[in-house]
Amino acid sequence: MRIIRYREKSSLANARKNRLEIIAAGLSRRELIKYGLISSSGYLIFKNGLSQYASGVAWGKDASGGTGTTGLTSPPTRAFIEAMPIPPVRRPVAAVAGPAPTINPNTSGGEGRTRPHQAFTKYPSKFPFAPAIKFETHQRPGQMMMSPDLPLQTIWGHDGIWPAPTYYAAYGQQILVRNFNDLPDPSQNGGFGIPEVSTHLHNLHSPSESDGFPCDFFGRGKFYDHHYTNVLAGFASTHPPDGDLNEALGTLWYHDHRVDFTAQNVYKGLAGFYLLYNQSDTGDEQTGFRIPGVGGSSFYDPVQFDVPMMLADRVFDPGTGQLFFDLFNLDGILGDKFLVNGKVQPFFEVEPRRYRFRLVNSGPSRWYEVFLTDQGSNTQVPFWLIANDGNLLPAPLRVTSVAAAVAERRDIIIDFRQWAGKTLYLENRLEQTDGRGPTGNTLPAGAGNFLLQFRVKAKVSTADNSLDPSQMRFYSLPDKTAPARVTRTFHFERGNGQWQINGRLMDADCSTVRLRVKQNSVENWVLQNNSGGWMHPIHIHVEEFQILSRNGVAPSPFEVSRKDVAPLHHNENVRLFFRFRDWEGRYPLHCHNVVHEDHAMMLRWDIDQTGDTNATP
Amino acid sequence: MPTSNSANSAPAAKKSWGTSAVREVIRKRYFPDVTLTTQQGKQVRLYDDLIKDKIVVMNFFYATCEGICVPLTSNLVKVQALLKARVGKDIFMYSFSLKPALDTPEVLHDYARRFHAGPGWLFLTGAADDMELVRRRLGFVDPDPAIDADKTSHTGMVRYGNEPLQLWSACPGMSRPDSLVKSILAVDWKGGQRRG
Repeated sequence: MRIIRYREKSSLANARKNRLEIIAAGLSRRELIKYGLISSSGYLIFKNGLSQYASGVAWGKDASGGTGTTGLTSPPTRAFIEAMPIPPVRRPVAAVAGPAPTINPNTSGGEGRTRPHQAFTKYPSKFPFAPAIKFETHQRPGQMMMSPDLPLQTIWGHDGIWPAPTYYAAYGQQILVRNFNDLPDPSQNGGFGIPEVSTHLHNLHSPSESDGFPCDFFGRGKFYDHHYTNVLAGFASTHPPDGDLNEALGTLWYHDHRVDFTAQNVYKGLAGFYLLYNQSDTGDEQTGFRIPGVGGSSFYDPVQFDVPMMLADRVFDPGTGQLFFDLFNLDGILGDKFLVNGKVQPFFEVEPRRYRFRLVNSGPSRWYEVFLTDQGSNTQVPFWLIANDGNLLPAPLRVTSVAAAVAERRDIIIDFRQWAGKTLYLENRLEQTDGRGPTGNTLPAGAGNFLLQFRVKAKVSTADNSLDPSQMRFYSLPDKTAPARVTRTFHFERGNGQWQINGRLMDADCSTVRLRVKQNSVENWVLQNNSGGWMHPIHIHVEEFQILSRNGVAPSPFEVSRKDVAPLHHNENVRLFFRFRDWEGRYPLHCHNVVHEDHAMMLRWDIDQTGDTNATP
Repeated sequence: MPTSNSANSAPAAKKSWGTSAVREVIRKRYFPDVTLTTQQGKQVRLYDDLIKDKIVVMNFFYATCEGICVPLTSNLVKVQALLKARVGKDIFMYSFSLKPALDTPEVLHDYARRFHAGPGWLFLTGAADDMELVRRRLGFVDPDPAIDADKTSHTGMVRYGNEPLQLWSACPGMSRPDSLVKSILAVDWKGGQRRG
């Protein structure tokens, strides 16, 4: 499935550049093979492996002809020698530490929240206070090994780990998360990251005060209670009392969103998964939609064969081996090391059966197109796409690749039955050399960035009772024909190196409300990329959209879906259908290339009772 | 054929990692050791005199620029007014010339006076190579070489940071002045830290 519309660029120049860099790096042939850079037959495997870091290709060269600010090549690391970890599932607590939860912000008690929880007062019968299910999370430093060829890394993580613990949540069961900021003094930040946080639960249909709005950050020593309502959109409007099942969400992730510092804080590790189950998507392959998954006796036991995978690219300082963040990069940061669930190029042992994998592109800036590669024959192996941005499609799609811009999620089903005793690879074949977007080339099978190695065992230990994906049917798409109360257009532009939306800049304190949506109304939003050679994944909080058209024509089948990120390729025009429901308050629209986001490619909009009709806010 | 498998066998030789202090790593990477000249004709070292131990606000401009520089400099004048006496005490503002050959200290002095830039705000020039090096290292560049070469399209971004706390970010220089101040104060000394 090819979706990116690329700008033309020769891959030959890159291949040559890579070879020159390999020569310059002074690696012997034996070392090249050891580090997985070439095959024994001499074929350049990780064609981009050495040089795909920070934007600097164009500007990183300093006047002396050196490589300047971004001319870093990470230390060599061996591939596929450590198993991919699966983040632990978070368990509820009987009571949260500190004062009892309150509806109003407990400022004197040390809470950083600024607005009351709206659900408990607006819909008290639906959301009795306080939620029975409570969690506690502590954002604090931790040490982890990303590769045995690198020193221990000091990260910031929820409970000190990256990826953070995974939440399992169920529709109809509201939860309260007490979120503590136990991060250190900024002088202990290891060179980047600010110890002020606003944890965004990406794509939950969430009240504003629990959304993780960029300016709702709170400082060290404080806590913030998030109320995750786990309620279907429409519960208080179009589909009372329980909401529209066809709006069910599945794969969400949570990450820091502190205005101006999101890229640094997420790069440091403040990100994890949040999985939502319901009566159809049960986590049990013998019930509901029968998607692969075998749970334990407790809801919080890890669901086997239902595996989250957080994709990330990083650079490590060649001198110290420590995680390197290019502080002065304005374009977008690319890493030359590819990590899945916090490990550089891990392997993952699987049984010869079906699995559900939940991929998230956690950024900071890279666009992926992930293939399943049989390296024996250098061919691509088909698999199933079942969800776009965590939302199940009407039915699975048979695909040979999935593309994902930053923050996009892709749930896939891979059937390993035919591969017992063999290995397969997840391979990113989308070429990208700077922060602006991919180059336009899809690399040949076996010549891209190998993300992970599947080692397929000879036999299954747990019988596969999942349904054949060709037989699966999921939710219907909600109506998108209702007339819009207003159609608004957003032009994304760049002038004198500054990001602008409709010619205006973002305010650092999020004080300017650029548009007001009338609660429970339908709107069409048109996203127009006028920024020249730049691509942008645009994310809009609180309500999902459906794409009405991409450049005037119907979207590709995999985008016939509910979504929360709209990738904008060069000069694209994407028209979206929204129905804003149930909640009120402030939310952002922003680019999810987090380096662009931190440099003000964002605006604030609100939902209220009256709304406005500003067509170019 | 999978290259990776050969990687399984031999463990990598134990490498001893450098232990440079992070602050030093940042200094080496971003702050080249060059000497620049202020609008008063004073020689200053980029790191030792301008950045070390300070909160700084930095942009690029040139005196004859008729595009973004005029509104940008005017905006920064308002920022300076809002930051009051802290500018020159623990917060310092630096405007680096993109045309150092034309922007002599006298020209810069005149420019600063024309805009009523107050004390604690230095306008800097230097050898062309040094200024270019500083521009690239500080990241005031565009990845498109044609745009980067066109001085009229130069970036209006303002970089701000707290050197000892290792807190750095950037924002559009044409933001509202009070918004710019809020951004800059995000890197202010945190509770109990020394000031300046």
